[in-house]
Amino acid sequence: MHVSAFKIFFQTGAWLVIAFLVLPILVVLPISFTDTSYIGLPKEGLSLQHYANYFTDPDWLNATWTSVWVGLVVATCASVLGTAFAIGCWFLSDRAAMVARWILITPILVPPVVQSLGFYRFWVKLGLIDTHVGVILAHTLLALPYVSISVFAALSNLDRNLPRAARSLGASVMQTVWAVVVPAARPGIATGFIFAFIVSFDEIVGVLFITVRNVQTLPKMIWEGIQDNIDPTIAAVATLLIVLTLIATAIGVLRRT
Amino acid sequence: MPRVNEKVSYWMLVLPALAIMVCFYILPVLGIWEIAFTEPETGVGNFVKMAGSNAVKTSFVITFRVAAITTVGCLILGYIVAYAISNFATRLTPLMVALVILPFWVSVLIRSFSWIVLLGRSGLVNDALMHAELIERPLRLMHNELGVLIAMIHVMLPFAVLPMLTNMRGISGVYVQAARSLGASEWTSFRQVYFPQTMPGVLSGALLVFVLSLGFFVTPALLGGGRVLMISEYITYQIQEFLNWGLGSALSVVLLVATALVLLIAARFVNLRATLLERK
Repeated sequence: MHVSAFKIFFQTGAWLVIAFLVLPILVVLPISFTDTSYIGLPKEGLSLQHYANYFTDPDWLNATWTSVWVGLVVATCASVLGTAFAIGCWFLSDRAAMVARWILITPILVPPVVQSLGFYRFWVKLGLIDTHVGVILAHTLLALPYVSISVFAALSNLDRNLPRAARSLGASVMQTVWAVVVPAARPGIATGFIFAFIVSFDEIVGVLFITVRNVQTLPKMIWEGIQDNIDPTIAAVATLLIVLTLIATAIGVLRRT
Repeated sequence: MPRVNEKVSYWMLVLPALAIMVCFYILPVLGIWEIAFTEPETGVGNFVKMAGSNAVKTSFVITFRVAAITTVGCLILGYIVAYAISNFATRLTPLMVALVILPFWVSVLIRSFSWIVLLGRSGLVNDALMHAELIERPLRLMHNELGVLIAMIHVMLPFAVLPMLTNMRGISGVYVQAARSLGASEWTSFRQVYFPQTMPGVLSGALLVFVLSLGFFVTPALLGGGRVLMISEYITYQIQEFLNWGLGSALSVVLLVATALVLLIAARFVNLRATLLERK
């Protein structure tokens, strides 16, 4: 079979670009097993010392735990608020609802540093600087757009006659929402929950502005580690996170097929 | 009147999220405008100082240049991937899609860290080149615009690929087939028939990448090493090093206005609703 130059160009090009996307991320893997105390490839042999360091250092472990529980609280708050919001807007479907939807996605468009300045000044007034509540509130705001977008996407396939039928059969508005609309929105809510968790789990700029010593998150530890001394523990943490991402993606792909 | 009542209950669902967004997000961001015009004294002093500063001018030029080059780079690389995924169905296509989406889920911080490991003075790339005796002294691949650009394109690429993929999935193959059967070569039918149909996806991707790049902080700050001061980093510099809230806020206002202008101009060519509100 004749394969044209056109096809060869796009096929090899695509694989080269994918290599550029994926391979650089994987360099942390060999680095994490280095037997040296600086960032570099293993010299004499492989070593697990940097993993041991991660799993025994209370600072790293506390920061990880904080990021996980803050992320779960944020994902829960953002999912509840964002789902209610998207369902309300879906029913209204008027100009005002459209404006509301645009307002809710502004955190996607405002540069991170600018919104963090705003948070900082406001959180000082509210006494929320360096508190977990302050971080949860900020992250919930940043996560809301993603929940609202994914729930709305799930609802775009819902037949508007279904809630109408429920209403005409005597269900109240809240009963209709709960029994008819929420089940249809469920895939969107699940996606939104995952997005919200990741937004919070990875967020760095806001945390740098609104926390000092009391609240330590994983991204903050990594950031400070990169700034101060380049310690291979970061490579071990990065490898663990990448492996977790790989497993989660694989599960996602397998469940879909 | 049942209809009015009904509307009220839908608004009850909308209001909690909307209220906290307005109180704790929109108001604080507007608060920055207030600071810009009132600190250290009321007036436009901060903006006058800013307009006269060469450092600010340089920073804006760098910001727009980096954002523009990142956008072009992401569009070219992203187009090739999106095209191959959408047009050549092989057994490996699902793998390709998974590999494109995967970096999306890896934190920007970790991806930037990987590039530091690769591009640093004694990083893996320099090590390998020295080892192979291709170079005598380490190349400067980082702490300059080159390093920032490489890492920025890497971080932003998925944002360009995804809208293009969504767009290309909706393009029917019959037009290219028609062009081919009428005698057009593969390249001609691509250029004249296929490519124009992909413009909405290309523009969506361009807008996303450009707007996100304008305000990006993490990657330029880590890979630039203080030598490639984009506006976001310049703002944090003013505030954290010099406690100059007035100038920092004035710069933030200009960055916000610049972002809004880009969106307004883009609205003429791009379907903003499809790009931002109804993203899949």
